[in-house]
Amino acid sequence: MEIAVQRPEAQRMGFFTDTTVCIGCKACEVACKQWNDLPADDLRASLSYDATRELSASTWRHVRFVETLRIPEPEPTLNFVEAALGAQLDRWVFMSDVCKHCTHAGCLDACPTGALIRTEFETVIVQSDVCNGCGYCVPSCPFGVIDRDPYDGRAAKCTLCYDRLEDGLEPACAKACPTDSIQFGPYEELVERAKGRVATLHERGLEGAYLYGAGDEPQDQLAGGLGAFFLLTEPPERYGLPAHADSPIQQNGPIANATGVAAAFVAAGLAFGAFAAAFRKAR
Amino acid sequence: MPGLGTSFGRGAATNYQQDFQNADCIWIQGSGLMEAHPVGSRWAMKARERGAKLIHVDPHFSRTSAVSDMHVPIRAGSDIAFLGGLIRHIIETKSYFEEYVVNYTNAPHLVREDFQDTEDLEGLFSGFDPEKGTYDRTTWLFEGMEPPGKTSSAEVQSTQAFTDRTQAGETLQQVPNDPTLQHPRCVFQVLRRHYSRYTPEMVSKVCGIPEDQFLKVAETLIANSGRERTTMLAYAVGWTQHTAGVQMIRAGSIVQLLLGNIGRPGGGIMAMRGHASIQGSSDIPTLYDLLPGYLPMPRATEDDQTLADYVEAGGKKSGWWSHFDEYIISLLKAWFGEAATPENDYGFGHLPKLTGNHSHYVTTLRALDGGLDGMFVMGQNPAVGSQHAGLQRRALAQMKWLVVRDLADLETASFWKDSPEIRSGEMKPEDIQTEVFLMPAAGHVEKEGHFTNTQRLLQWRDKALDPPGDARSELHFVYHIGKRIKAHYADSTRERDWPIRHLTWGYREHGVHDEPSAEDVLREINGYDLTTGKLLNGFGEMRNDGTTSCGCWIYSGCFADNVNQPRRRDPGDLNAPGGSVSPEWGWAWPANRRVLYNRASADPSGKPWSERKKLVWWDEEKEQWAGYDVPDFPPGKRPDYKPHPEAEGMEAIPGSAPFMMMPDGRGALFSPSGPLDAPIPTHYEPLESPVPNELYPKLGANPLGITWMRPENPLVAEGDDHYPLVASTFRLTEHHTAGPMSRNLPWLAELQPEMFAEIDPVLARERGIKDGEWMVIETPRAEIEARAKVTNRVQPLRMGERIIHQVCLPWHWGTFKTNPQGVTGDTVNDLIAISGDPNTTIHESKAFRCNVRAGRRAGETTVRLADVDTDQDPNDDQPDFASKTPHSVLGDEEQA
Amino acid sequence: MSRPKPFKRLRELPVVGRAMDWGLGPAAASDNTLKAGSRIAGLKVTESVCPYCAVGCGQLVYTRDGELVDIEGNPNSPINQGTLCPKGSASRQLIQQPGRLTKIRYRRPGGTEWEDLDLETAMDMIAERVIAARENHWQEHDERGRRVNRTLGFAHLGGATLDNEENYLIKKLFTAMGALQIENQARI
Repeated sequence: MEIAVQRPEAQRMGFFTDTTVCIGCKACEVACKQWNDLPADDLRASLSYDATRELSASTWRHVRFVETLRIPEPEPTLNFVEAALGAQLDRWVFMSDVCKHCTHAGCLDACPTGALIRTEFETVIVQSDVCNGCGYCVPSCPFGVIDRDPYDGRAAKCTLCYDRLEDGLEPACAKACPTDSIQFGPYEELVERAKGRVATLHERGLEGAYLYGAGDEPQDQLAGGLGAFFLLTEPPERYGLPAHADSPIQQNGPIANATGVAAAFVAAGLAFGAFAAAFRKAR
Repeated sequence: MPGLGTSFGRGAATNYQQDFQNADCIWIQGSGLMEAHPVGSRWAMKARERGAKLIHVDPHFSRTSAVSDMHVPIRAGSDIAFLGGLIRHIIETKSYFEEYVVNYTNAPHLVREDFQDTEDLEGLFSGFDPEKGTYDRTTWLFEGMEPPGKTSSAEVQSTQAFTDRTQAGETLQQVPNDPTLQHPRCVFQVLRRHYSRYTPEMVSKVCGIPEDQFLKVAETLIANSGRERTTMLAYAVGWTQHTAGVQMIRAGSIVQLLLGNIGRPGGGIMAMRGHASIQGSSDIPTLYDLLPGYLPMPRATEDDQTLADYVEAGGKKSGWWSHFDEYIISLLKAWFGEAATPENDYGFGHLPKLTGNHSHYVTTLRALDGGLDGMFVMGQNPAVGSQHAGLQRRALAQMKWLVVRDLADLETASFWKDSPEIRSGEMKPEDIQTEVFLMPAAGHVEKEGHFTNTQRLLQWRDKALDPPGDARSELHFVYHIGKRIKAHYADSTRERDWPIRHLTWGYREHGVHDEPSAEDVLREINGYDLTTGKLLNGFGEMRNDGTTSCGCWIYSGCFADNVNQPRRRDPGDLNAPGGSVSPEWGWAWPANRRVLYNRASADPSGKPWSERKKLVWWDEEKEQWAGYDVPDFPPGKRPDYKPHPEAEGMEAIPGSAPFMMMPDGRGALFSPSGPLDAPIPTHYEPLESPVPNELYPKLGANPLGITWMRPENPLVAEGDDHYPLVASTFRLTEHHTAGPMSRNLPWLAELQPEMFAEIDPVLARERGIKDGEWMVIETPRAEIEARAKVTNRVQPLRMGERIIHQVCLPWHWGTFKTNPQGVTGDTVNDLIAISGDPNTTIHESKAFRCNVRAGRRAGETTVRLADVDTDQDPNDDQPDFASKTPHSVLGDEEQA
Repeated sequence: MSRPKPFKRLRELPVVGRAMDWGLGPAAASDNTLKAGSRIAGLKVTESVCPYCAVGCGQLVYTRDGELVDIEGNPNSPINQGTLCPKGSASRQLIQQPGRLTKIRYRRPGGTEWEDLDLETAMDMIAERVIAARENHWQEHDERGRRVNRTLGFAHLGGATLDNEENYLIKKLFTAMGALQIENQARI
């Protein structure tokens, strides 16, 4: 794999977000903004309790509130009030969304400058000192995660707190999460833990619990498996997640190949430039 | 929190938050635990993972309900009917923990023959005085008891002090009792009769919920209580902010006593408090009716003219309060130093005296009438956060001066410049004569000191950096103002200036700003042995002869061994048996006990009720109490100790009586001289209720509920159909109280940028209100606008033939912001009348009547009060013990 | 999702594959990436407590030369174990908020704008006013002749987010002056 930063002892790290213990507090959103010094977004009216609405260049964690308003339609035999009185409350489900750090990362594949790289933790980050703001990565993400900063034009998204990981610290969101809905750790270990969690929930009668982005057979994997995966209890679409996903580039053979190769050449050129620059600096 | 104090002896949460994880059931009512205390709920969620059931009883379906196993949407303000139903169900199905109830509660005590219940008097208890609107509580006493003190109990206007709540001055050893609980006058039978009509059908009718929902809650609580299992109750301002708020807490306490959950791990009652040190600000009170440590502020009555009178009225012969004199004398020594001598009553006579209610709302009305020169507001925002905020702002305009201290500008400081009343033209800056000092305060990392959290835990903060510019701590401010005032009076010989001249004020100064030493203040709070100059190790070392000093007796020991105990930071081994107690992390009052009344975790013989629920037990070998927590009991008192009939003080408390702050050592199912409004909780409707009181149709609301019948504080009149809806306020995770700590922080503002109101789809459709569009909420006081959130999370309630709709309102917004990324919105408290619980003068914001419509408001929020004549004599409205006050909600004709 | 992944296959080829990773391998790591590290490493840490609700979460406060850099949950606290809610997580911004006040704002009677005032002058003026309020409203006895030694001329509101030491001095000083109307959020 295309690991850009070599560190022999490093292993794949990831997020396991368990929505069954999420209380929708948004600590992850704020902890992320605090650590990464991200600005507040323009104010938006909230849907349910969600004023954040989506991940963006300045919002790298986003708590979704899954609530649908079902106003029962009056039937001939049942008036509207009766219908509403009898209506069961919808479940109100919360889910902290984040960059998936895909095994097959569309953004990374599409990046012509080498700004997007895979780190020694097998996470995908944007190097803002390399990014030229071309924006190719944006439509290449099947999850709609990566976005360009409206001010400087460069792409930005969750780094899985690459800077903290370098010092052995846990990512800010996972650290802040009051109920441990967001768990951080070595990827393989997390997947095992998550599988166990699903089994436990099934035992307790929550049969709809399943993992999104981990534990799948290779042919069913989302983008080759997600470094940040989720335990969900509703269909993915209810959380605004695609049921299927892969790197668009990887899925569209011939054209993607051409683009990819071209991109690789451009990237190589830039990388050489960066290397040369680094070399000059080192001298 | 008199509800807890009158029931168990101390007005504070009984357990600690981490102890949620040891519960088998967590019952949340009157609290949005996950919403308001996300990190506290960490432990409730851990309990859930271990199989505990979570029950949320609340009008509003919130994030708390979303993660609970059960949500029961009762009508706002109907809690006592629900709780009374639980009590009845527990008694009638014989599901109470009998051994606990017989030995640890006052269930066997006989009440006086002349006691009459609400069932006999259509909602009133015996002793009601329709003239004064208060009770003479003599008939509520146990058989053979006499009322304490010289003052008639009808004159007592506050039950904030522990001694007021715990039957001060009474000896209870001699109370006739029936341990078989069969005597018709024993508390157990009185209780049984009192709640006999609180059937599941009645609960369903009053609360607007199906019977099976109620029964499911009852059965879950019962199944998770007893020897092997415990249920923890969490409440918050969803209970306190009612005109029968104390009684709601009392009713919850009775359920927990009957089920045997108090004093046990994973049990008890967590009062979830909303501010960093709101527990601390009651312990070391900035409250008018208290001195530090819940000693009562002296009154002008004959009880409190001399120290001896005060001690006689406050100190009981039986139980812990026999130490009362030590605490007040040591406090006077702390304040007046060497000038306090036995000859001058330690300066006691110089303390200011109460003659009535001097609480915040009373003061607001005094100010409105021009009776107040000035006010200090430190870290508070009454122009948004106090009830009837429009009246608060108008009151500010009547003061000569106002000092506001905060981190940034806020509505209270800028009321003269930017408020609904200024925008409407009702008030003009040029006409407002209030001089305003807005002073920058230091933030929590810019000063040192300690907070007391919701579990009575004192935690010290070190200072990390200096405050910017002219920002200073409140400690700095008060200390340096104090120095100026002392200098002004230094040469005075007037009697009235004695307390200022002799006030001890010698705190060391440090740093470039001459900051007084917070640790010196904490040492004074802890107290000294004045004969040796050493710090006290606890209140056990205090004496009543003026040789000890202590600023707050319940905090004594916080500087034991000359160590700043709240600064301790050793969590201990959390995985060891009982390790969740973490006794070396910070310091909890009293005496570092983490679970109050924990003697009750063992059976009468001193053995844990079960291995699974062991916490404190009698160690026969060592002849002392032992356990994971510091025992809340005299360490060497044997479980089989039986007091001599003549015994006094702590010697009168048997070895099997875990509630040692109570004169009989027992938890109060029946409270003979605690709350002013009822010995046993009774369902009263909110002041403004759209439905009659099903249980007591003649009465309606709490007959002692405080109202101020003034033209600018109108209530919805009974039968006024214009306000058919029930409104209730709630908190959001993303904001903090009246908003200054969240609305101007971009990271928080963006998360909940707008004031909104949650309504059900049926109401929305009836009124043509669309989700996401504007709507107006209206009361006789004001109208505000909000974005409509039309959601199934609010459900219409079926009340017999009627459908009742509720309007749920978060209350964090105000009309002013300090920076472009802040957010503004209409103030919910503009809608709400000033009112009060008779024991605490806490207002009723959790249930009031309103109306809604689609669209925007017509004018500024409180414009309908602009023409009301507020010109009253400032002294007219000052409640006095002797006058008919507080006003009863009953009209004169109804009283007859 | 069993569609072919030609790009991936391409990568698996010995030479082409390496070429494709050329721009993504070690050479792609930028200067900043290679220097990456947390901004709090080696900074002064102070133990504190969150100022919002009454849960009492432990906080760690990171400062560089007296400047606030970061506030996080204290992992050792048995209450929060390193976690914080959104408000606690935002508490650095509470201190560094855009509208933070650092100078005294003074509004004279009838004034239409804020004015500046230096700290010492303000303190003197406030002391004068509280003394005057005490004197003007002093009550030695109530109307029934009972000794009350008090003033209802001034009031205090606040305390639930103040330190206990601060509340102690407020209660002590104002009570000694004879003030009774000392209140806080506990009632509100």
